[in-house]
Amino acid sequence: MFIVEYLKEVTNAVKSLATGMKLTGYYFTHHKEIITQEYPDNRATLKMADRFKGEVVMPHDANNEHACTGCTSCELACPNGSIKVITKFDINADGKKKKAVDQHIYRLDMCTMCGLCIEACPTDAIKMANTFEHSVPDRNMLVKRLNNNGSKIREGVE
Amino acid sequence: MISFENIVKWIQAFLSAHLPHIWVLAVEAVIIIIAAIALFAILGLVLVIMERRVAAFMQIRFGPNRVGPWGLLQSTADTIKLIMKESIVPDNSDKFLFNLAPFMVMIPAMLILAPINFAKHFFIWDLNIGILFVSSISSISVIGILMGGWASSNKYSLHGAMRSGAQIVSYELSGGLSILTIIVLCGSLKVSDIITAQETGWWIFRGHIPAIIAFVIYMIAVTAETNRAPFDLAEAESELTAGFHTEYSGMRFALFFLAEYINIFIVCAVGATLFFGGWMPFHIGTWHAFNHIMDFIPSSIWFFGKTFFLIFLIMWFRWTFPRLRIDQLLNLEWKYLMPISMVNLLVMTVCAIYHLHF
Ligand code: SF4
Ligand code: SF4
Repeated sequence: MFIVEYLKEVTNAVKSLATGMKLTGYYFTHHKEIITQEYPDNRATLKMADRFKGEVVMPHDANNEHACTGCTSCELACPNGSIKVITKFDINADGKKKKAVDQHIYRLDMCTMCGLCIEACPTDAIKMANTFEHSVPDRNMLVKRLNNNGSKIREGVE
Repeated sequence: MISFENIVKWIQAFLSAHLPHIWVLAVEAVIIIIAAIALFAILGLVLVIMERRVAAFMQIRFGPNRVGPWGLLQSTADTIKLIMKESIVPDNSDKFLFNLAPFMVMIPAMLILAPINFAKHFFIWDLNIGILFVSSISSISVIGILMGGWASSNKYSLHGAMRSGAQIVSYELSGGLSILTIIVLCGSLKVSDIITAQETGWWIFRGHIPAIIAFVIYMIAVTAETNRAPFDLAEAESELTAGFHTEYSGMRFALFFLAEYINIFIVCAVGATLFFGGWMPFHIGTWHAFNHIMDFIPSSIWFFGKTFFLIFLIMWFRWTFPRLRIDQLLNLEWKYLMPISMVNLLVMTVCAIYHLHF
């Protein structure tokens, strides 16, 4: 019957509106739910999510060793040329020449944080850090060398 | 005891002791004008910051909390900014109407203040057709909106103005019918009579379900009449930039903005008067002891408390409900609210005739 349908529609509408108002009313009275981070007031305690992509870094261990073989896969994978890997040849113990990374240049000012370089790296030598305070007075400071001074490849990484 | 009633009496006595009759009226008129403008300014500042904080908390944010304690001075800072901004008049606009429109929106808002009882025996002009006066004047404010939209010579403004016209004309109907429902109960259009009729309990409690339905319809209708979300089709930020006030800037924009908040205050004050007994304290039938305790709270606090509760309700609507499309908006009015409020009025009339209410 038409009138029954009509009344049902009206009650359903009222019910669904009340559900919505209940939720916003809950948020209004429960301020602990607030998700706003009052940066920079809470700079000391601020915890960024691990999935946040801030910049590409190359982790070094305690012996100043990294896992980069200088294969240039990341350079090839980068869609906008933010990475330039300069390679050199090391002479190892038995006199053979071996390719190694000389300078791993990363341009933070061009990077779009797409993460393709990280996926391309066969030895997981680079990863995304969740830092975000990147503002600097001179843009040349955004061109970074990822491998540390005097660092070398970790033993056993091929 | 200090109350608004005594202050008014004291001023009246003081003036008539020192001035001839005609001057007493003139001085009082000036005092009222200043008081009304001051009320508007304060209301604007308070309601804007209230809206922003309420919105923020409902959206799990903090809102403005940097300027002054708890961000209370934010709206003052915004006003200063608006005053200093250039108020641009577009070249092709109808200059006279363009400049007139903001005032055409403000003037009805000011006029409606007249019959409202702010506290016990504290009002500007308690005329015997008070509620009729309110509902007829409030429909004039659409002229200001139409004027502003038309004069801007901008397609968005025109669209917004036309929508607002359709919207206000439709929703006046159900708003008026739900007001009538209460008028039927108390049998008077005079605001102070409506309030005294609620001495033994507010109409929303005494009027059974019809009064509650009327209240719900009234709240929906006034939300639409004040052009607020979810009925903000006249402004429609997403599709019409800012609707009828797209071309307005600086202080002229501020007047439109202020008028929106003043209108909210006024419709809520009227709603509080009709359904919650205006300044009448919370009384339960013949419980004299309880009623007497309630009388100790000043009547102005009751009035403003109820009004701000209703304002909060309207803000709650705005930050909860999704917006309607223009056809849905008109559907809601003509297919749902109007028939329901007509049936409701009929039921209430039967109740009133047979004294079925408490
Ligand atoms: S994250 Fe993307 S843009 Fe940035 S360096 Fe890696 S591949 Fe290039
Ligand atoms: S970072 Fe990874 S992909 Fe890039 S050169 Fe080094 S090993 Fe190859």
